Amino acid sequence: MDRLNLGGRLFDSRFIMGSGKFDPELITACIEEADAQIITLAIRRVNKDSDISITKFIPKNITLLPNTSGARDASEALRIARLGRELGCEDMIKIEVIKDSKFLLPDNYQTLKAIELLASDGFIPLAYMMPDLVVARDMANAGAAAIMPLAAPIGSNKGLSNKDMIQILIDEIDLPIIVDAGIGRPSQACEAMEMGCAAVMVNTAIATATDIRSMARAFKNAVKAGRDAYLAGFGRVLNTAQASSPLTGFLG
Amino acid sequence: MKFIQKTDPMEYLPSQERIDSDIMLKVLNAHKNVNFDEFNAFDVQKALDKDNLNLRDLQALLSPVAANFLEEMVAKSKAIKERYFGKNIYLFTPQYIANHCDNNCVYCGFKVGNDIKRAQLDENDIIKELKNIAKTGLKEILILTGESQTKTPLNYIANACKLAKEYFDIVGVEIYPLNSDEYAILHDNGVDFVTVFQETYNPIKYGKIHLYGNKRVFPYRFNAQERALIGGMRGVAFAALLGIDDWRKDAMATALHASLIQSKYPHAEISISVPRLRPIINNNKINPKDVTERALLQVIAAYRLFLPYANITLSSRESAYFRDNAMALGITKVSAGVSVGIGEHGGKDDKDKGDGQFEISDNRDVNQMKTAIKNAGLTPVMSDYIYTGI
Repeated sequence: MDRLNLGGRLFDSRFIMGSGKFDPELITACIEEADAQIITLAIRRVNKDSDISITKFIPKNITLLPNTSGARDASEALRIARLGRELGCEDMIKIEVIKDSKFLLPDNYQTLKAIELLASDGFIPLAYMMPDLVVARDMANAGAAAIMPLAAPIGSNKGLSNKDMIQILIDEIDLPIIVDAGIGRPSQACEAMEMGCAAVMVNTAIATATDIRSMARAFKNAVKAGRDAYLAGFGRVLNTAQASSPLTGFLG
Repeated sequence: MKFIQKTDPMEYLPSQERIDSDIMLKVLNAHKNVNFDEFNAFDVQKALDKDNLNLRDLQALLSPVAANFLEEMVAKSKAIKERYFGKNIYLFTPQYIANHCDNNCVYCGFKVGNDIKRAQLDENDIIKELKNIAKTGLKEILILTGESQTKTPLNYIANACKLAKEYFDIVGVEIYPLNSDEYAILHDNGVDFVTVFQETYNPIKYGKIHLYGNKRVFPYRFNAQERALIGGMRGVAFAALLGIDDWRKDAMATALHASLIQSKYPHAEISISVPRLRPIINNNKINPKDVTERALLQVIAAYRLFLPYANITLSSRESAYFRDNAMALGITKVSAGVSVGIGEHGGKDDKDKGDGQFEISDNRDVNQMKTAIKNAGLTPVMSDYIYTGI
């Protein structure tokens, strides 16, 4: 059975929903139409106003993946993670350390430090990062359970801008590689899965669709198609035509 | 301390910290040299087609000719807002804890000499108000005073903020500008966001309308956001009071100021408000004048396109009708349950201790605002934040 393994936990779905848009309709659509089993959740939103609490819209069988959104350095990430633990969040946590309020790009150096701190504190950290092989290796060695590179700036819907770098991570890092931001179309999610990504995280692409439910369904199918194709194995890509009658046949 | 009118508004007072920054020079140069009449439809269309706008694009979007593209601007503003903030609308309320002021600013209800009822909440009053506000479900509060270092010194404000932090996730201040070490004291007391309105970025007009008081010093006020960030704050808010001077120039300078701070301090969370002049007690002539709602929407859209990730706040200065319709079009934050008088959150017995700074237009309470937000197809959010104290 082909299942996604994150820190020892197994999932049937390889579509992960980001919850940054805080939209109940979106969450419902992703669970019902895209078969999401994991939804990320900023710890800073966990203990909030009761009548709009995001957790109210998420069924119990869905895994909440808390993140350290709001952290600007490793020590803040640790502090937020520990706060999440006190609030009842699980130990598996997505590290987000962002010092750039303009483009919301992750700080790889501080993220690496945060992984070291959190792993030694008993957490199972998943690393949101700029795709960089050298840093990803260090993150793996520091105890990351998955590497989560961004395909393009968050919310941009620009797709696999970092495709080549992500492919290198897939080829070289022995951890699940999960594309975490920038996917704008189902075809891009499919391509990421064909490349060998373990899963894709999507939020804005579905949130900003005209028909949210249809788009959620389209992503489910795309992720599944991409994964099936990856597992099936691709034929060779050739630059020249291969004649059915060999050109060298005359040599006898 | 009083100043005669001829004091140079560009000169610092001895107690005021100077920082090494060229941002003011850049903003004032742009303010001085911009000519909005030189832009044409092509310039506006070009700006509308871009993802990352430069100063010239911003100016094009604020130009008179851009008014013909308002529908297109607003459509893009709405899309960008949804892309980066989803349907979220954050709610907060201001708490005025004092209305004493040492300044004479011709357009302001708090100015020295204006015959209004003055008041200052003591610790018990403040706690009583905080509890009442917290009961509404709000998680973000903005502590405000008039600008009086003598009546409301730093330790008084810091204590109020410390009290507020016990009831609220997010505490911001909108008070007189401070030195960076003073901002650090507020940060240690739970404050992470600082709002300073420059009022107008035209230094000549600024000098004419700020007759005396510390507020007369233009550069000290201008650099307040930078000092706040140096003092450890997470975010800073900017605004010109639209209608005081040329609104196009002031809006352009506000957005440029914010973007230059963003570039210099990438971690800073940037927020912009879009206040228009409101009538004040004893002066009904003060009004937004040429800043129509159409113009205000143009400013909001231009801000959103130029600074896609910035928060944009629309206050209860504006009508419920305008707020309800504009909320989805680029705004991220609105006030609710607003009382601008001193002590008005304290309950019936405490009403009307001190008069407000200006008249508000939208009197809806928190539940009404939440309903309005939901009716607009948006999601009310009380807090999206953790104070790390670092």
